Amino acid sequence: MATAGRDGEGAPPRRRLRGEVFIHRERCKGCAFCVEFCPSQALALDKAFNRKGYHPPVVVKAEACNGCDLCGMYCPDFAIHGVRVGAGVDDEG
Amino acid sequence: MSQHVNPVEPFLRMERMPHIWCPGCGIGTVVNCFVRALLKTQVDIDKVSVVSGIGCTGRIAGYFRADSFHTTHGRSIPFATGLKMANPELSVWNFSGDGDLIAIGGNHFIHAARRNADLKVVCVNNFTYGMTGGQVAPTAPLHSLATTAPYGAFERPFNLPFLADSSGAVYVARWTTFHVRQLVKSMEEIMHKPGFCFIEVIAPCPTAYLRRNRLGDGLEAMRHYKQSSKVVHGADTRSVDIELGGPIVVGKFVDRDRPTTLEAMRDELHKSLGDKYVPYPTGVQR
Repeated sequence: MATAGRDGEGAPPRRRLRGEVFIHRERCKGCAFCVEFCPSQALALDKAFNRKGYHPPVVVKAEACNGCDLCGMYCPDFAIHGVRVGAGVDDEG
Repeated sequence: MSQHVNPVEPFLRMERMPHIWCPGCGIGTVVNCFVRALLKTQVDIDKVSVVSGIGCTGRIAGYFRADSFHTTHGRSIPFATGLKMANPELSVWNFSGDGDLIAIGGNHFIHAARRNADLKVVCVNNFTYGMTGGQVAPTAPLHSLATTAPYGAFERPFNLPFLADSSGAVYVARWTTFHVRQLVKSMEEIMHKPGFCFIEVIAPCPTAYLRRNRLGDGLEAMRHYKQSSKVVHGADTRSVDIELGGPIVVGKFVDRDRPTTLEAMRDELHKSLGDKYVPYPTGVQR
C-alpha cells in the first residue's frame, strides 16, 4: 500500500488518524485557544473551575481527536498537548 | 508515561511556572513554536542560546532551559552579538518585544541588520508596552489608544519587516500567533541560515492593548488574525503596514544571502593581511 506504517492489529477499516489529548487542568488560564482552533472540535470549556478559577478545556469528542497537537502549539500556558496514537505506538504493548 | 509530559516541559524551567503572562497572551504560543522547531531540526540544545531584553517577551530567556541571557532593556542584540562573536558555533536566538527591540534597542537592531550579525531575532509585536502598563509603542497603529496616548496615537508606527529589510536582514518574515505551523516552519528555515534573520510575530496583549482599544480578549484577537490576515510570500515590505483593525499581510518576505559579519571580517582581513591573518572561525558552513 502507498501509506506504510498502518499495519497495527485492529486497524479501523476507514483510514483515519487517531490521537489523544493530555490536559494539565491546574496550569490552564482559560484562554480557549485550544477549543476555538481544534480542527476536530474535540474540546470544550469545562463548566467546573480549576484551583485558580479558570475553566480548563475538557475532551468532549475523544474519538474525533486526530492527535495533530495544534492545541499544544497554541496553548500559551503549556497546559494541553495532543499525541498521535496507533500506527506504531502500540508496538511495545 | 512520557506521553503525559508536554513536549515543551524539557525545554523550560518548570520550577518557575506558572509564568507571568496573562490569560490570552500570545507569548507562550511563540515559545511552543520555538520548541517545536528545535525538536524538528534536532539541534543540540547545548549549541542554542536564548537572549532577551526586558518586558513580557523578555521573560522567555528566564523561562527557557538553555544557556539563556536576560539582559538590560533594549540591549539584547548587543549581548547576542558579543555572544556570537566569542562563540561562533552557537545558534543565538533573540526573543524580544517590540518596545525592547525596536524602541529602546532600535539602534542596535538596525546596526545588527546592517552588519549582518549572525543572529535569529524574533520580535513578539503586541503594539504596546505590556509590562509597564500600556504606554504607546513605536509599533502602535495610528489612532490606537494607550495610557500615554489617551486620545489616540498620532505618530506613524514602524513597519518592522520594511525596517529589517531596508537595514539589510537576510531573512524577513511576519506571522501572527494564529499561524503556528507557518511560524514553526520559518523558525526551522532560519535555524541553520547564516546572517541576520528576523521574524515578526503579531501577538495579542489582552490586558494593555486589546482591552484599552475595545478589541476584545485574546481569543477575539486570534479570530481577527484568522479572518483578516493575508499570506503574501515575497510581498514588497513597503506595502505591509498595519492599521488599527485592518488586514495583516503575513508571509516570508525576504530570503537572500549575504556574508555575515565574521565572514566579511575574514575576507577583508585576509585580503589586506594575506597569510599573516590567522582565520577566526565564522561558525558558518556554506
